[in-house]
Amino acid sequence: MSDLQLPHINYAALAPMLILFGAACAGILIEAFVPRERRYPVQLGLSLAGVVAAGVAVITQAGTRTITAGGAIAVDGPTVFLQGAILALGLVALLFVGERSLEAGGPFVAQAALIAGSEPDRRQVVRPGATEVYPLMLFAIGGMELFVAANDLLTMFVALEVFSLPLYLMCALARRRRLLSQEAALKYFLLGSYSSGFFLFGIALIYGFAGRVDFAGIHAAALGSDRSNALLYGGLALLSIGLLFKAAAAPFHVWTPDVYQGAPTPVTGFMAACTKVAAFGALLRVLYVAFDRVSWDYRPVLGVVAILTMLVGAVFAVTQTDLKRLLAYSSIANAGYLLVGVLAMSKDGLSSSMFYLVAYGFTVLAAFGTLTLVRDADGEANHLSRWAGLGRRSPVFAAAFTFLLLAFAGIPLTSGFTSKFAVFAAALDDGQTWLVVAGVITSMVLAFPYLRVVVMMWLSEPAESTPTVSIPGVLTSTGLAIGVAATLVLGLVPAPLLDLSTKAAEFVR
Amino acid sequence: MVGSTLPVVGGYLGSYATLGLLLLVGLVFFGVAFGANRLLRPARPASPEGKFATYECGLDPVGGDWAQAQIRYYVYAYLYVLFAVESVFLFPWAVIFDRPDFGMVTVVEMAVFVGVLALGILYAWRKRVLSWT
Amino acid sequence: MSYLDSVWLLIAIPLVSAGVLLVLGRRADRWGHWLGCASVGVAFVLGLSYFITLRGQDDRSHSVDLYQYMPVGGLKVDVGLLFDPLSAVFVLLITGVGFLIHVYAVGYMAGDGGRRRFFGYFNLFVAAMLLLVLGNNYVMLYVGWEGVGVASYLLIAFWYTRPSAATAGKKAFVMNRVGDAALVIAIFLMFATLGSTQYADVFAGVGRLGEGTLLALGLLLLLGACGKSGQFPLQAWLPDAMEGPTPVSALIHAATMVTAGVYLIARSNPIFNANSTAQTFVVAVGALTLLIGCIIGCAKDDIKRVLAWSTVSQIGYMFLGVGLGGGAYALAIIHLLAHGFFKAGLFLGAGSVMHAMHDQTDIRRFGGLWRYMPITYGTFLVAWLAIIGLPPLSGYFTKEPIIVAAFEREGWTAWLFGWAALLGAAITAFYMTRLFWLTFHGPKRWTDDIEHPHESPPVMTVPLVLLAVGSVAAGGLMVSALSVTDWLTPVLGEHAEREAVMPHGVITALSIVFTVLGGALAWALFRNGTALVEQPAGPVVTAARKNLYTDAFNEAVFEKPGIYLTRALVYLDSKGIDGLVNALAATVGGGSGRLRRLQTGFVRSYATSILTGALLVVAAFLAVNYGWLS
Repeated sequence: MSDLQLPHINYAALAPMLILFGAACAGILIEAFVPRERRYPVQLGLSLAGVVAAGVAVITQAGTRTITAGGAIAVDGPTVFLQGAILALGLVALLFVGERSLEAGGPFVAQAALIAGSEPDRRQVVRPGATEVYPLMLFAIGGMELFVAANDLLTMFVALEVFSLPLYLMCALARRRRLLSQEAALKYFLLGSYSSGFFLFGIALIYGFAGRVDFAGIHAAALGSDRSNALLYGGLALLSIGLLFKAAAAPFHVWTPDVYQGAPTPVTGFMAACTKVAAFGALLRVLYVAFDRVSWDYRPVLGVVAILTMLVGAVFAVTQTDLKRLLAYSSIANAGYLLVGVLAMSKDGLSSSMFYLVAYGFTVLAAFGTLTLVRDADGEANHLSRWAGLGRRSPVFAAAFTFLLLAFAGIPLTSGFTSKFAVFAAALDDGQTWLVVAGVITSMVLAFPYLRVVVMMWLSEPAESTPTVSIPGVLTSTGLAIGVAATLVLGLVPAPLLDLSTKAAEFVR
Repeated sequence: MVGSTLPVVGGYLGSYATLGLLLLVGLVFFGVAFGANRLLRPARPASPEGKFATYECGLDPVGGDWAQAQIRYYVYAYLYVLFAVESVFLFPWAVIFDRPDFGMVTVVEMAVFVGVLALGILYAWRKRVLSWT
Repeated sequence: MSYLDSVWLLIAIPLVSAGVLLVLGRRADRWGHWLGCASVGVAFVLGLSYFITLRGQDDRSHSVDLYQYMPVGGLKVDVGLLFDPLSAVFVLLITGVGFLIHVYAVGYMAGDGGRRRFFGYFNLFVAAMLLLVLGNNYVMLYVGWEGVGVASYLLIAFWYTRPSAATAGKKAFVMNRVGDAALVIAIFLMFATLGSTQYADVFAGVGRLGEGTLLALGLLLLLGACGKSGQFPLQAWLPDAMEGPTPVSALIHAATMVTAGVYLIARSNPIFNANSTAQTFVVAVGALTLLIGCIIGCAKDDIKRVLAWSTVSQIGYMFLGVGLGGGAYALAIIHLLAHGFFKAGLFLGAGSVMHAMHDQTDIRRFGGLWRYMPITYGTFLVAWLAIIGLPPLSGYFTKEPIIVAAFEREGWTAWLFGWAALLGAAITAFYMTRLFWLTFHGPKRWTDDIEHPHESPPVMTVPLVLLAVGSVAAGGLMVSALSVTDWLTPVLGEHAEREAVMPHGVITALSIVFTVLGGALAWALFRNGTALVEQPAGPVVTAARKNLYTDAFNEAVFEKPGIYLTRALVYLDSKGIDGLVNALAATVGGGSGRLRRLQTGFVRSYATSILTGALLVVAAFLAVNYGWLS
């Protein structure tokens, strides 16, 4: 017991997370004590300020390469880059979440768990002013920050839960279509806990193998240990299952379409952008830092998962008629492309994957942001048939959405092209031709559903029931402008961000 | 096959090729078995009443097999987790906090921890979830 | 730091203006068109100053590397510009003629509610076209290439509520895709064999390429050029593109964009010089298209379509020129520049006539207009004489040398291509005279609703007059005083005198005689007007009316299978989810509903799916561990 030491803590390196968790706790206090009418501006202001402050704190850590908090946290290039990415994307998502001009009182209710359609639930649907979503979001972002910085498996697990639990709740907060929203949340929660179980079991096996849970220890043990390798491989398999679930890779993607469809659209955008960054950030760290010595062995297995993911995403997307489900399958396919970059197992692979995460995040946020604008009396109109002829009614809006779809399809001069190109080039350099071939083929399949939406918007006659495009408020307009501009700029001038991600692509161990 | 190597399965991907082969054989076996079943069995089976009912000791099943739980229990479950986690951390802390070199820092840290948890209780109380109506 | 480093401004100014016009929306309706004109005007002045700077330099080529596009893997694409004699003359043509047409469009589009949008697209086009000619590598060229394609599509389908306009837009888009695909493959081929797409690297590396690669490269580039320039076999979209507003036809489908193919081949001259087979292909395409274009032009009655086929035919001359190689490159470029003036003048004149005649385009319904529209008449007269190539107007100075150059080829091909070019000149004179005479002279054959045709406002006639001045002077000046041939020598190579199969004097005399004969024949036939409806005619005229069956050919070979494919797709689509899933699942390997049944919506089946996946993954990992079965 006497060798127990108080761990040294580098507070500056932890500042982004501390700021976010602090702001989230303050948000809870505000929720408890500030009068209902005044909560919205206070909460929104606090959240934005918290995210921006955390962003500043991240930027100050740009050159830091350290392991702190008793080996639990690693602050290095990828950590800083991914934390910055999560904050930037989270800020845009926060703008969509904060929008209230589209729907009186915003798209959220206060309590997730009230029985849909019951008297109290009906009351909260008409009562404006629900602001619980802001602290939840701050907790989620904070958890993601911790997730990508975690340097041992236990910290990683705690972070996983910290950002997952708020997400489960946020999924159930939709003001419209309450039952669908709750169903989505419950599914997400059940399957999420299920996959957490796999993750935890994996940790146990790895501990059994290495006798430690920190990545450097696992890395050292992988060289040679007197325990059975079955523990190592079994543990790695279960760990990756837990992470691949969050990343929505097949066959662990099954929750994605239902949850993306049921969750409030701004939250869906947040999940599609930020959760992906967090999940892949953690996956990159686990695979590159802890298990790089056995990469030779797991690459084919994860390669098959990548191909399956791309296939499932592309093939299922073709038949979707709901835009949110379509984007959900598109996000699954994109998880596959990201896996291609991850499996390149090189510096280029790491940097291109990180670039991909940022590029895709902005595009998908803007895409879900535009979905919030197309509305009729029942709220958002997401069925594809309802979008017929929208280009005639609102050409600017339709042009912006078309641009985003072209980016998803990977047309040159959009970030979709540069990011796909980057990961494929990295994989090719590393000899993973089979993955790239599958990637290119599925990209072609995937172009079809996107172009179908484009055709629907521009070449179909507007129907009687074509919904209107609401005039976005300041927050949504800003968010959309940022998303579209990022998609364009990263397509035209990708070099600066690529340089940045290349410079950052060095883990500490 | 023990001790021998198939000529096609050498090299890096060899073990996977064998695995794939095994999977393929499994699938084919599965398909053949079910296909044969389909060919051999009567094409139009009788479907007397009750054939698809749940088997329940020879009695007719009563009621559905789904039951609803009161969702409000989740709040209590959450609060329970709160305290459980708190005590899990408090016990080891209690053993070491008075050692040399630990002192105030440790106390403050635990205070922060307990404070955050207290925040949860505070919130639950303000939201009137502690009173069961 | 050289003054020419800022050459990117040429592209940026119209691009920013387009952005402002399209983003501001209705708020810019009142002044948007003037901004559109001004941006192109400024670009012209700027282009002129760059041109003068370049003239003053010893090194007649300036390359600017702006930034590196994507430093990933082995790919290095520089975003860079090249300002050299060839791009300089194109810049002046695009911005100069473009500015005049912009001004004209202010008047022409005055009554149209979408005028601001029109100028936004127009500026976008100018920016893309400048990018096309200013890029210093094939990728930049391709970006501009696609940009002008998009702008052209938007402008052809500008009146998108008209089904014919929307269809024409789509037709242009689809036929251009064929050419574009060829260009992309050519670029990939360069990258695969030479590892670069920079002009400098590619041209330096031509010597390392094998004969087959060079031929493939040449043919792919040619096919790309054919798509953009409306050359055989991809010519059908160009006449249909006349559905767009007339200034569009003048700027995009006569003066600038359609000449991009000529630019591509002239720019790639080291590739074509290195392979005579590819050059022969270019010459053949040019000769064939120039004949097809002018024969069909004789049988059309729509004023803009006649001019469109005339454009096809004239670009055929330019292809002939660039295919002949050597000094003929410069001749083709000079003809291109002169053509830019007189064809733009002809189109704008046609627009002015349509303006007066309530958008009537049928030349059988015109006649005797010279009295009512003196300025339009005068400028059209000049442009007409210029295009048929009578001395001393510009067409004579630019077309005749190409005919001579065709006779300078070796062997029997000199006779074939030379006579094709001569014959083309005669037919050109015939159909242009017919067009001119039926429009401005002879008895009035107007529809009943037209009482007093009026001359167009000054904002339209001033550009007409300026273009007419250019039509008179440009050809002679470029050949003599400005010596554009020498100016282009650094890019296109020396002009070597070669022996023609006939003396030059004879060829010149023949071409003038042929032209006069063709014109006289048309005058004799159409001096007294023509029938108001289409008359039965012999097989040749019928064939010409039907575009020499090239459309029928396209329909049989491309369109029909395409339609069936589309129908099949629509059928699949209309059957909804089930049909499509069935089809997909059938291709994937049978068992239609299986795929969808996985996505039941039940958590329990999702959990099963996850569990199955988990078992498989774990099993796979363990299999590796134990090295089972191996």
